[in-house]
Amino acid sequence: MAKPEHEITWKELNVGCVIDEPGNAAAYRTGDWRSQRPVYNKDRCIRCGTCYIFCPDMAIKILADGYIEHDLYYCKGCGICVEECPTDAITMVDEEE
Amino acid sequence: MDKNLDRLNVYASRLISQKEYFVPGHRACQGCAEALALRLVAKALGRNNVIASATGCMEIVSSPLPLTSWNVPWIHVAFENAAAVASGIEAGLKVLMRKGRIPPKRINVMAMAGDGGTSDIGLQALSGAMERGHDFIYVCFDNEAYMNTGIQRSSSTPFGASTTTSPAGSVVPGQTTWKKNMPEIAVAHNIPYVATACSSYPFDLMEKVKKAAAIEGPAYIHILSVCPTGWRLPPQMAIHAGRLAVETGMFPLYEVEQGRYHLNIDLSELRPIEEYLKIQGRFRHLTPEMIEQIQQRVGEEYEKLKKKVRMTNEGQE
Repeated sequence: MAKPEHEITWKELNVGCVIDEPGNAAAYRTGDWRSQRPVYNKDRCIRCGTCYIFCPDMAIKILADGYIEHDLYYCKGCGICVEECPTDAITMVDEEE
Repeated sequence: MDKNLDRLNVYASRLISQKEYFVPGHRACQGCAEALALRLVAKALGRNNVIASATGCMEIVSSPLPLTSWNVPWIHVAFENAAAVASGIEAGLKVLMRKGRIPPKRINVMAMAGDGGTSDIGLQALSGAMERGHDFIYVCFDNEAYMNTGIQRSSSTPFGASTTTSPAGSVVPGQTTWKKNMPEIAVAHNIPYVATACSSYPFDLMEKVKKAAAIEGPAYIHILSVCPTGWRLPPQMAIHAGRLAVETGMFPLYEVEQGRYHLNIDLSELRPIEEYLKIQGRFRHLTPEMIEQIQQRVGEEYEKLKKKVRMTNEGQE
């Protein structure tokens, strides 16, 4: 998306409200909804990928070596990865100002 | 046994495709298992896929106007006609391929709607499309109420649940009717494939979606999608709640292929229904008698299902 969402006026929209740029919502930051942040402990991780498959916001990336990384641009802080992790490798901490 | 060997797959979460067709930046609530289910469905169907979506949570969170979360062709249609539009797309693609306007290849057509868009408002369009035998997949994301407008009851809301239009009070204890058995209505249309799935069982869900896409003719998949906001759950419990729904027998996972029932998670003993009900705020007001009533009904329904599994598989093994 070339322009931020709030700067787009109706004149720039396509006829019929067609969106011709697939997946442009990826530019939208959902990370600032978060009040708690996941913290990842690599030492406890067994590289099962359970957190990856259960993340509703696609905020977990699997790296080439099988370990994971949280994408805090999208993470809404729901805590599903913490709850589902079989080895408790992820914990939630409060987001500070 | 041998003929079932092709069904054995080795699964590892990190071995599945990392390509997303439903991209992040969507505006679903924290811990939305419906968005997760949608992500898994889109992942399983892949690129050659056209989606018609009825109004509902998933339409709203994925397409606030200048933005879209979709990497595949997607159209938003009114509440009642997702299945009708999908049948139009399927017929249109067929004609375009026959006339040589587009190269012939397999393109999946999928219609998706919530439980309101399926079991209440969109039922006649769905019934018509299944009866005409269009080659499409219909996916119902069942979060058991009209969540996007603020938790109003639908015909899919379970007995006893408190919603804003079936509030629990001293006279009426929440929803007074039982959940509509939508998969059975689909089975009654004699379509080739009907399945129930839950986002807490991701591989089972993806396998069913792939199977539905491979089958010629209409396929119906009913996905229980836990809604932490509407069910009054802490968001991190969404996956756990879905698992409990299956393990208590509240939402059994089964598939019906050409009229033959198959239980995917076959439990010899169900967990007490209380475990599922007590973690949810919408069932907070239930009395022990009502819990007993729900337990009895769930047991009966599960027995009925097991009976159907036995009856339709007799002499086949």
